[in-house]
Amino acid sequence: MTTLTKQPDPGLSAGGPQKLRKRGKPAADFRGTGDLKTALFFIAPAMLGFVLFYLVPTIRGIYLSFTEYSILGDPEWIGTRNYERIAKDPLFWNALGVTSQYVIINIALQTILALGIALLMHRVAKSTFVRGALLMPYLMANVIAALLWFWMLDYQIGIVNQLIEWLGMPRVAFFGSEQWAIPTQALINTWRHMGYTALLIFAGLQAIPNNVYEAASIDGSKAVSTFWRITLPLLRPVLVLVLVVTVIGSFQVFDTVAVTTAGGPVNATRVLQFYIYQRAFNEQDFGYGSALAVILFLILALVAFIQMKFLRGNQSDLD
Amino acid sequence: MINKKAIGAVAVAAAAALALSACGSGSSGGGESAKGEISYWLWDANQLPAYQQCATDFHKANPDITVKITQTGWDDYWGKITNGMASGTAPDVFTDHLAKYPDFIKTKQLLALDDAVANDKVDLSQYNDGLADLWVGQDGKRYGLPKDWDTIALFYNKKMAADAGLTPEQMGSLSWNAQDGGSYEKAIAHLTVDKSGKRGDEPGFDKNNVAVYGLGLESSGAGMGQTQWSFLTATTGWTHTDKNPWGTHFNYDDKKFQDTIAWWASLAEKGYMPKLETTVGANAADNFGAGKAAINTSGSWMIGQYSGYKGIELGIAPTPSGADGKRASMFNGLADSIWAGTKKKDASIKWVEYLGSAACQDVVASKAVVFPAVKVSSDKAAAAFKAKGVDVSAFTQHVKDKTTFLFPITDNAAKIEGIMKPAMDGVVAGKSPASSLSAANGQVNALFAK
Repeated sequence: MTTLTKQPDPGLSAGGPQKLRKRGKPAADFRGTGDLKTALFFIAPAMLGFVLFYLVPTIRGIYLSFTEYSILGDPEWIGTRNYERIAKDPLFWNALGVTSQYVIINIALQTILALGIALLMHRVAKSTFVRGALLMPYLMANVIAALLWFWMLDYQIGIVNQLIEWLGMPRVAFFGSEQWAIPTQALINTWRHMGYTALLIFAGLQAIPNNVYEAASIDGSKAVSTFWRITLPLLRPVLVLVLVVTVIGSFQVFDTVAVTTAGGPVNATRVLQFYIYQRAFNEQDFGYGSALAVILFLILALVAFIQMKFLRGNQSDLD
Repeated sequence: MINKKAIGAVAVAAAAALALSACGSGSSGGGESAKGEISYWLWDANQLPAYQQCATDFHKANPDITVKITQTGWDDYWGKITNGMASGTAPDVFTDHLAKYPDFIKTKQLLALDDAVANDKVDLSQYNDGLADLWVGQDGKRYGLPKDWDTIALFYNKKMAADAGLTPEQMGSLSWNAQDGGSYEKAIAHLTVDKSGKRGDEPGFDKNNVAVYGLGLESSGAGMGQTQWSFLTATTGWTHTDKNPWGTHFNYDDKKFQDTIAWWASLAEKGYMPKLETTVGANAADNFGAGKAAINTSGSWMIGQYSGYKGIELGIAPTPSGADGKRASMFNGLADSIWAGTKKKDASIKWVEYLGSAACQDVVASKAVVFPAVKVSSDKAAAAFKAKGVDVSAFTQHVKDKTTFLFPITDNAAKIEGIMKPAMDGVVAGKSPASSLSAANGQVNALFAK
């Protein structure tokens, strides 16, 4: 607002040869400040939501992580004692291991499958119906998807085990056995998310200009080497973004676990988010739960940073 | 949700309550806190019709009080109540559980009922022995009036038992010990049938292809084992805690306890009971209903469910007797408690007293869903069950013979569950030896060391 008087449009005041050179930038400045009010007006709802539902709870969560708090009653400051207890908590380290196992299986499978589906969408399946159908599982609520599979994979009455038995193989306790519980959870979430991930990659594929492919085919490149030497490198920024988002998402796996195995059998699916929920909401130890949540937050920030840094996610090879 | 009128009423009620407490007058006072709508929560859908009837009768007798009942499943019930207490929207009156109320006392969420009981001369001796005392906190104050009780028995498939040559008399006089399982294990083995028709105690029995398990498995029972193993461990003289209520030391490191659990887990190894991993997601009662188990151990609140399976002729036998010839069953009871933050204190007290009276408990008895806490109503419930064709003497026998022991009431119940569930799962799944429970016991007892 005040900038109006301080910085009169140089385009008007300055004359001569400088006129052309200077015109671009300050003019943009002028327009920017003038729209500030309107801009803030449009940003306000999102900003309000961010502050109320993200920033304030985050800060409060960090504060609570240094307290002992049972939701009923007042938090009591205990310094770093929660963090000291976490360092020695075998269930925390178990949760970290289980979560990592889940993330690795889920991300590896999901990314490879999604990439394959995206390539098919790009080259083969041009029909909107087929493309839309791939997105169907993603439209289903997480809890519904989990319960549906929980039912289908049930040891006693599940249709999948019925099929397995017809094929002459022994029934599999998909959710009940410690070896299968995490892979099963990872597969369910892969099934639900791969269509959506494929869509993101598909958008990236469409951004690769056709002339690159034309040049490659003129040079006699085969489909496989075109994929490895052109498609994949040029897709990198999109893949990095997809990886960062999906890795963060799968570190936060909760609902499928909560409605199916609830951490069991023994501790096989006690993933970090579920352990946080258990300590805070079941055992009324919100201080300890908050400390766990802060640690998960730090882990995710670190993972995202490493991914962006080492996979050069902010640069494209197209330039 | 809350309209302005309601806020106004609440403010008036709060002011009235303040004025009342300032004068130091008793609970018998009238005013806004004695009329209007009060909310009442319970978790068991089977009992909703009975209590709705009570609420209607109560409203007829007290036209200026309306009771609004909300039923929420067990899984969400406690979270909703706790959140409600934190945000000031908890129900005025709710069905309370022995595993939960110690935490509520600690955080001062429950209203002590001593004054009301004294002023309104509530007869505590009308309840079955011990039930009223379960609800007295460590501070000596009373936080609930008993509404019902439950014991444990064996639900069994009569046809399967008859095919195996077991008479109802034999099923009703089983005995058990941790060394060889006694006639209890013999019956379970004999009732187990593999896919080629061989029984569990016959040569050539294939434990990996079992069609009907002698004993169904619900879960490992975590730290309480209410319906799973507590009726066995108690016959050995073992108790969960050093004293009850308000024990501060658990005994999961005791050899008697660990031997019992080891014996129980061995049934899965022998093929007489399903493996724990196969029970995830499956409902033990439904498996019984589908003819996949011959005996299920469960509580009296499940009578309705078990007697409702079509095509299953249900038998109910008392739990097996121990080495000393005596049976044992956990004796658990629910009560109605009042939230300390209620704006309708006097109306809530009236409602809780009505719920705890023979008038309401006779109504509950007539619906034959649970055993009411009031002695005379209890007998009426047994008669109502009989009229429905279900003989419930296996449950009532425990009370008559005084072979019950009270549900262990302690602090830290949720945390104990968090430690004992994985530990017990590991043992019952055959992944860890029963001796591993000693380490879990150390963790549990450390909770009380603070």
